[in-house]
Amino acid sequence: MELTSEERAILAGKHGEAPRRALQYQIEVGRFWGAKRLVPVTNVHMMGDIEVMGDAGLEYLREETRLEARCRVATTTNARCIDFALCDKLGQDPAEVAKERELIQCLRCMDAVTTDTCINYQTVYQPHLGEHVAWGDTGTVIYANSVFGARSNFESGPAAFAAALTGRTPEYGFHLSEHRKGTFAVELTAALEDLADWGAVGKLVGEAHQDYFAVPVFHGYRRTPMADELKHLGAALASYGSMAMFHFVGVTPEAPTDLGFLSEKMIVGEKEIQSVYSGYSLGDGDARLVVFSGPQQSLLEMKRLAELFHERRIKDGAACFVTTNGAVLAQSRALGYAGILEKAGVTILEGVCFYILQNLSPMRSRNRWTNMVSNSAKIVNIIGAHRFNTILRRTKECVEIACTGCLK
Amino acid sequence: MNLIHVEKAYGPVVEGEALVSEEGFSPRYDLDRWSGLITRPGHRLEGASIVDKVCFFPTAKGGIAAGWAFYDIKWKKIAPKAFIFGVTNPVMVQGAVFAGIPITAGWAPHPREVVKTGDWVRVDPGRRLVEVIRAG
Repeated sequence: MELTSEERAILAGKHGEAPRRALQYQIEVGRFWGAKRLVPVTNVHMMGDIEVMGDAGLEYLREETRLEARCRVATTTNARCIDFALCDKLGQDPAEVAKERELIQCLRCMDAVTTDTCINYQTVYQPHLGEHVAWGDTGTVIYANSVFGARSNFESGPAAFAAALTGRTPEYGFHLSEHRKGTFAVELTAALEDLADWGAVGKLVGEAHQDYFAVPVFHGYRRTPMADELKHLGAALASYGSMAMFHFVGVTPEAPTDLGFLSEKMIVGEKEIQSVYSGYSLGDGDARLVVFSGPQQSLLEMKRLAELFHERRIKDGAACFVTTNGAVLAQSRALGYAGILEKAGVTILEGVCFYILQNLSPMRSRNRWTNMVSNSAKIVNIIGAHRFNTILRRTKECVEIACTGCLK
Repeated sequence: MNLIHVEKAYGPVVEGEALVSEEGFSPRYDLDRWSGLITRPGHRLEGASIVDKVCFFPTAKGGIAAGWAFYDIKWKKIAPKAFIFGVTNPVMVQGAVFAGIPITAGWAPHPREVVKTGDWVRVDPGRRLVEVIRAG
């Protein structure tokens, strides 16, 4: 791999042991993928919490703290596993809560901005066309590549952390123009009026093309999609298909105008969307858990939920969780949305994702939840390891299920 | 024929018992990260242990969270000897390299023609080769 003089200096340990190790690691990863060089990045978004890192990861961060590791570029953190205000109520393990606090402290010592959000692209930083970043959480990566035209691979926790310490990342995959071209076309004839419909598109297209380097090109849609709609589409494509990029003709900056070169064509209409909803087993009919999470809710999603829950009340014995980040929650409180939701009996979790909540499996057992209903196609896909039977429903239907206990 | 050529590879030479899967893998979706057993109901290798095995998986599943998981299982001494993937994604590679677990991607011929679970295999990332040493 070609290295600049600065990179050679880092590798020689002239900037300290922490960046030296980080760069050595990045070179190994880059060699695997055939990267010719490293590219500077402007922004890093990393996943790091005690549930995903475990004791080994925490010990690693302690060592990096001792080595006086510092983030060289702006570095933010993804949603985490502990809600510090509600951890007791949720039955989260106090020892793990303490470790999470220490972990956050380690990251802050290194100058990371602990935003605890998976919607950094909506609330923290919006890179521009061609800007190289190193982001983790697949939903953030696909949004960066597709909607902004920025350039990132899926950067898992260790890889994003290394990029934070060196300010660069190996140049392979979606940093290269050759991988950013569409590989198949998808005509959207369905109306797609709810966020869950957009997730359903992601499920249909992703399941049929499970390949990191597959890039769908959407076309034929008759209105301008909104940010939250593209967010649910991207999160589902990344989750079901392991995809990191899509194009949307007339919407995203790198979308092609001529689709003639794409041999494979797929159509998603009303019938296909309906087949997604009818494909879920209702299990034993348990309707006591409704979740709006994965990704965290934007301010406009909070507003919509407040409208739907206004003067309603979730059914006795049911639980409804909404997750968002601290900034959106503060604004939701100021605007009265949070108050409406809490009055309806909804629990708002801050800075977390429901999927990675510490102690989620015991929580499920204790509450004897069997089903989980959500308007997020992503979370219904990934939470299976916790042995939930999951059901995707439209936002309004999710609210009805939470308030009536009636699952259809 | 007892050789599989791989396209991409990382790590030192290792030997171990093969575990051959027809289904993809995620350390988050499929694995119990305390025992090293594949526990997701319905996985074709449900009940099998990956500990100290050379694991053959056709595809990689799962998101970013998998990146820390390999380091976690290595620390708990329940990691496999190597991962041999047909198709993989950056997260698996970043995770395996971070944990120092050999990993390869791309194969010819398909392992089902050469190796079966229980065979003893040698993984040589430097030569881009996986060799069946003896039948199980």
